[in-house]
Amino acid sequence: MNTKFSAEERKGWMSLLASADEVRLAELWQEYGADPACEWLRAPEAGGVMVRGRMGGSGASFNLGEMTVTRCALSLEDGTVGHGYVQGRSKAKAGMAAKIDALMQTGAAAGLSTAVLEPLAAERKARKTARAAKAAATKVEFFTMVRGED
Amino acid sequence: MPQQLQNTAYVGGLSNPPVVSAQAFRAAMNAMARPGRTEEINGAIPPDGISVAAGSLLLTLCDPETGVYLAPDVDSEVLRGWLAFHTGAPIVAAEQADFALGSWAALTPLDRFRIGTPEYPDRSATLIVEVPGFGAPNAVLSGPGIKDAAKMALPDLAAFQNNTLLYPLGVDFFFTCGTQVAALPRSTQISAEA
Repeated sequence: MNTKFSAEERKGWMSLLASADEVRLAELWQEYGADPACEWLRAPEAGGVMVRGRMGGSGASFNLGEMTVTRCALSLEDGTVGHGYVQGRSKAKAGMAAKIDALMQTGAAAGLSTAVLEPLAAERKARKTARAAKAAATKVEFFTMVRGED
Repeated sequence: MPQQLQNTAYVGGLSNPPVVSAQAFRAAMNAMARPGRTEEINGAIPPDGISVAAGSLLLTLCDPETGVYLAPDVDSEVLRGWLAFHTGAPIVAAEQADFALGSWAALTPLDRFRIGTPEYPDRSATLIVEVPGFGAPNAVLSGPGIKDAAKMALPDLAAFQNNTLLYPLGVDFFFTCGTQVAALPRSTQISAEA
């Protein structure tokens, strides 16, 4: 098994795939071209997870709400295992995510990263920046005007 | 984790979980309802070292909220990985276990396991005992679920009789071998075969 990636890096691409837009992911995956043969270890299944949060990153945790998650696991022909955990009910998306996770652990990582992950990351960043800019535009600055008395 | 080990932990889950686990649950329930009678249970293909029946029971009964104790004779990295992947059940010490798996010799002494409290007798452990076979019966069973008397081969009469004395507290047992399962709830009276 190729171990040239850190847990941190894997976390990065899992997170990116989990929240990626399905249509865009499918597009990039199509463009990448390769669709390796694989065997299901766990066929895609939809379920709910409880998202928990903490105020300000400290304090007692509370249940924020439930969200739908689809997950699956597969192994490539060389035995590499890939997991897909994605937001929503799309089994196809979970399958793509698991394949990408498996391929990212093999020699195909560099090519796949350029073809699929980097565009996704760039788009996510652009979306975040746009949203932050939109929010910043509504920011209200409070200041006191000169009252005009003495 | 070496590749080999990693993959054996992932294969052998229930092929069609909703259907297969319902069938396995029915087998387990019938076994518990008719102490001493063996039922066919299968579906899972666990890692080497435990039987198909024990593996199927674990996948059917365990989830992230049930602590599982693995006795030293069955405990292995592969089995832990397999349980974690398919059920998410945490591995805990015998004293906190909801389910325990192992051979009879490895599971005894029984007083380590939770027997419930008078308010909550259900907060007790269920022991899955791997047995070499359902051989010549040495015990006569009577009680709920048994019309007249049932016979069963038990590894040790005294320990089971002591467990019955704790009723309504106590632990419950499944016995597994190959693809067969039998059960002995705490409500069953046990006497030696004459």
